[in-house]
Amino acid sequence: MALEWQVFLEDDGGGRTYLEWMFEAWGWTLSVAGSAWVVAMVSGCLIGILRTLPQDTRLNVGLARFASAWVELFRNIPLLVQIFLWYFVLPKVFPAMQQVSGFVLVVLSLGFFTSARIAEMLRAGIQAMPRGQRYAAMAVGFTTWQTYRYVLLPIAFRTIWPPLTSESMNLLKNSSVAFAVSIAELTMYAMQVQEETSRGIEVYLAVTGLYALSAFTVNRVMAFFERRLQIPGMVVAGNVGGGH
Amino acid sequence: MSALDFSFVDWDIFSKFVLKGMLFNFELTIVATIGGIVLGTVLALMRLSGNKLLSTPAVIYVNGMRSIPLVMVILWFFLLIPFLIGRSLGAELSATITFVAFEAAYFSEIMRAGIQSVSRGQVMAGQALGMSYAQNMRLIVLPQAFRNMIPVLLTQTIILFQDTSLVYAIGAYDMLKGFVTAGKIYGRVEEVYILAALAYFVICFGLSALVRRLQARIAIIR
Repeated sequence: MALEWQVFLEDDGGGRTYLEWMFEAWGWTLSVAGSAWVVAMVSGCLIGILRTLPQDTRLNVGLARFASAWVELFRNIPLLVQIFLWYFVLPKVFPAMQQVSGFVLVVLSLGFFTSARIAEMLRAGIQAMPRGQRYAAMAVGFTTWQTYRYVLLPIAFRTIWPPLTSESMNLLKNSSVAFAVSIAELTMYAMQVQEETSRGIEVYLAVTGLYALSAFTVNRVMAFFERRLQIPGMVVAGNVGGGH
Repeated sequence: MSALDFSFVDWDIFSKFVLKGMLFNFELTIVATIGGIVLGTVLALMRLSGNKLLSTPAVIYVNGMRSIPLVMVILWFFLLIPFLIGRSLGAELSATITFVAFEAAYFSEIMRAGIQSVSRGQVMAGQALGMSYAQNMRLIVLPQAFRNMIPVLLTQTIILFQDTSLVYAIGAYDMLKGFVTAGKIYGRVEEVYILAALAYFVICFGLSALVRRLQARIAIIR
């Protein structure tokens, strides 16, 4: 069978070619993934820090428990089910949420799903540091906030950068699950155009190529920052990663 | 706040709708884990062989699979299998083949790390005893590599179990589909998503607790 790439120049019935539509879909994929990345980084880092707080006050103990519950909750339910929960169940339970767009709901579900993984990484990164670092910070009179800001986090972030890179790529790939609630991103596009044109192989090849290209770009960007952030002489241990 | 109504929940829902799908999730997980580890080990050995003819295809396969979303891989196989063999195998069988092929890429990275974690001295000792490559791998390296990687392999299996929910994309009948079908029949579409989430949570949380216990035991032996 010969591939017929001219399918991309055909009109989709709405005044745009399939090629234009594909780039719009790519834009949706990138905006879902990009926004979810911000949500995941902010909430994931916060939760990860909460889990490592010194357990000296009742507030800190409570916060650490909350953070553990957060991680277990968002880590043990498949992303697809979480997206359905955000999209169908929450607006039914809280009618105020019916005003929220599907895009935001998917970004939140993808972001929080990833936040559990980032939190675990950061916790491991902080706990992997010699205890003396924290004690030294206390000894020079740092507050808890200062200890994290100037001593623990700068090193921990560099330690977790490699797994953070693969998690960022995972996030981009996981954005494909948004097809389930009809966000007009690449996977949704692939399924729809395959039905409309029956040129599945061409469409899938193009979409797969765009995913691979995006994942590769994320990888390069993260590697660039890894080099820029490197402290001369500090060796970061390699890590074995599973995950998707 | 509109109320959710769970009064429809009874044993029938589980036995009539959910059980069949749940068994498919487990079956898919087990087949993909075993198949993925076997295929993944072969890929890892190819990659570490030092022979370009063997390692290049393995590298392309593993990196290729790892840079595409699982949903796209599921769709690809569902599209290509009928095209290649001339008839459809059904969503379930197609999903099973997909998961073995996809997970092999991830398991191969784990096995590669495992093989590299076995010290060089072990291989050399095997060679000194006159063992062939196959004997050395089978009797010396792989058993240790596998054992070193058991916690990572099991964690990956739990992720795999969660990922089996993505067969939704091709409409295979899994646990989620079972819940959704029941929800449509009883007119409780929102509630069943909560039940599905709960079921997944209990299973995955239980499995990760088991892995943690196992990890602790392995750590003691060392």
